[in-house]
Amino acid sequence: MTQPETAVAHYLEAFDGIDGGEADRIRELRRAGMDRFVALGFPTMKNEDWHYTSVAPIATRSFDRTSFPSTVPSTDLDPFLFDSPEWPRLVFVDGWLAPELSNVPPRAGIDVSNLRPSLVDGSVDAALLGTIADHDTVGFTALNTALMQDGAVIRIGANVELETPIHLVFVSAQPVPLAASFPRNLVVLERGARASVIESYFGLRDESYLTVPVTEISLGEGARLEHVKVQNESAVAFHVGTIEAVQQRGSELHSFSYAAGAELSRTNVYTVLNGPGSSCTLNGMYMVSGVQHVDHQTRIVHAQPNTTSREIYKGILDGRSHGVFNGKVYVRPEAQKTDGKQSNNNLLLSDHARVDTKPQLEIFADDVKCTHGATVGRLDEVALFYMKSRGLDAEQARTLLIYAFAADVLETIPVKPVRDALEAAVFARVRGEELQLTSE
Amino acid sequence: MLEIKGLRANIGENEILKGVDLTVRKGEVHAIMGPNGSGKSTLAQVIAGHPAYEITAGSVTYDGQDLLEMEPEERAQAGIFLAFQYPVEIPGVTNAYFLRSAYNAIRKARGEDEVDPLEFLDVMEEKMKLVDMDPAMLNRSVNAGFSGGEKKRNEIVQLAVLNPRLAILDETDSGLDIDALRIVADGVNKLRGPEKSAIVVTHYQRLLNYIVPDYVHVLAGGRFVRSGGKELAVELEEHGYDWIQSHAPETAGAGSRA
Ligand SMILES: Nc1ncnc2c1ncn2[C@@H]1O[C@H](COP(=O)(O)OP(=O)(O)OP(=O)(O)O)[C@@H](O)[C@H]1O
Ligand SMILES: [Mg+2]
Repeated sequence: MTQPETAVAHYLEAFDGIDGGEADRIRELRRAGMDRFVALGFPTMKNEDWHYTSVAPIATRSFDRTSFPSTVPSTDLDPFLFDSPEWPRLVFVDGWLAPELSNVPPRAGIDVSNLRPSLVDGSVDAALLGTIADHDTVGFTALNTALMQDGAVIRIGANVELETPIHLVFVSAQPVPLAASFPRNLVVLERGARASVIESYFGLRDESYLTVPVTEISLGEGARLEHVKVQNESAVAFHVGTIEAVQQRGSELHSFSYAAGAELSRTNVYTVLNGPGSSCTLNGMYMVSGVQHVDHQTRIVHAQPNTTSREIYKGILDGRSHGVFNGKVYVRPEAQKTDGKQSNNNLLLSDHARVDTKPQLEIFADDVKCTHGATVGRLDEVALFYMKSRGLDAEQARTLLIYAFAADVLETIPVKPVRDALEAAVFARVRGEELQLTSE
Repeated sequence: MLEIKGLRANIGENEILKGVDLTVRKGEVHAIMGPNGSGKSTLAQVIAGHPAYEITAGSVTYDGQDLLEMEPEERAQAGIFLAFQYPVEIPGVTNAYFLRSAYNAIRKARGEDEVDPLEFLDVMEEKMKLVDMDPAMLNRSVNAGFSGGEKKRNEIVQLAVLNPRLAILDETDSGLDIDALRIVADGVNKLRGPEKSAIVVTHYQRLLNYIVPDYVHVLAGGRFVRSGGKELAVELEEHGYDWIQSHAPETAGAGSRA
């Protein structure tokens, strides 16, 4: 164990060691990120945004930014491809593109490439990279900005509709402990474009590692993006990720965040409804057991009139796990006719599991309709008895009831094969021994 | 088929059942009446195996087995069905899925094959018709948002599908309109048979015009204070429960054997 200052110094060293040869703007951007990270340090629980989550397990270890990808046989990916190997796919192993595992057929109006080359020649959307995600006040975003390795750059041209989802796969496979990767993605949908993007995170080895991804999303007028993040990191991993979007007039963001892995994870989903009539659906599901800690923070800024937000997050917690949900909704003075609904429901399966849920509405306009609700409950004993009295055994009744709790939010997962796979995963986990073994 | 002897049951510190005796033989229908809070639902729930009640004395045997040793699901699998006074809502589980799971669980326990969903759909739809319920209800969550009467009918659909040997109806008639009452009673009567028995808890003699009981028992203060034939229900309707207390009460704990 090291002190947080030691870890900061360690990342500074990694920063200094990054090969030169990148475009000036990128070097400046990295420098700005590093400066901010050094100034901010790791957040402590005194920080309001981290009140229920201690990042001490991350801050007291010195993770090494990987400098090359491990080899991963393509069959190792199969279980994570949602039975849809035909989808255009970029695979990043330990943060670096694995071209032999990736496959993006060229198509008119669609640009899908990896970030790396454009960091060097400066051709990356200079106006966007680093301007959507906030590295001034969010320490982990600053760290990612300083140390970003590679990631996906997706640009969908005006009015282009992409029927097939694009799958971004982030695999951790370093055979040594304490590897760190810093994926950085940029997704741009021009006016009227439509696309679905899936981000999957998982580990193939049981070594402790850290993943700090940042995804910036820009939605042009009337654009529609379905975005699903699937966090299935290995049980001893750490994951702190941010998805941050800006939405123009009439655009729609349908986001789903699924978090089942990692010892400690935090996912930020932020969006600014920056054009009149824009809307977002931010849904999510977390399911943890043992000593897992899972934290979501969402932030919706209603910045313009007639904007709509819908949000449902559900959590299932077993063992000694700890769930955190903080949903921020800001309604700016000019955002009249805002329509916002938020809910967070949690199901505790053990006496030792714990949830902290904090809806947070700040409304500065008068003509708005905003509601929120949060619940923390246990399995309904009366319903269990009712089911058993119809012949279902205890395990069946329990499984059905837990699954029923999750079903309505899982149904909102935008891309069918992903929905099917995650429903099956939840069902299997509810039914399986895993939750039981870890519950005490 | 069912034999209850000296049954006492507590909830928390309160003794609710204070020595209940009841014998139900094959093919018999027993009605249980009695004032609010006298323990009728408690008795029904205890037979079904509700875990909140503590049995402090007495025995319950079903087909010669010690019922109190059986889990609620084992009782259901052995052919006991309780139509709840307050049916439970299960948001997120469709009626169709629930019914099929229950049906298959019971079949499986008997060593029979599970049925395929399509085949079973026909069975369910037929049973829904029995109580005049819209098959569209099959796709709704169990009892969630159902009206009081719809919940009661739904209990009878379950009863019809699961086809128990001992059916316990706890105030299934309460909250039903007159037509529905007849429909539900017809439904129950169709399920009667020489091998089947029923315990019907009700406040109203009206139901007993449709489901004619072999015996009527009055539960008061946690024990049976009077038992008789179907005419007892008529007398009760006329005179109320006070009349029982003042007119020749039988010895406490009277069974069904006249
Ligand atoms: N969980 C409980 N805690 C305390 N008392 C209870 C509980 N459940 C039931 N009781 C009490 O037990 C007694 C019997 O209740 P029960 O529901 O069996 O009556 P009932 O005869 O079915 O009445 P009704 O005709 O109103 O349906 C009542 O006094 C009731 O208040
Ligand atoms: Mg009752």
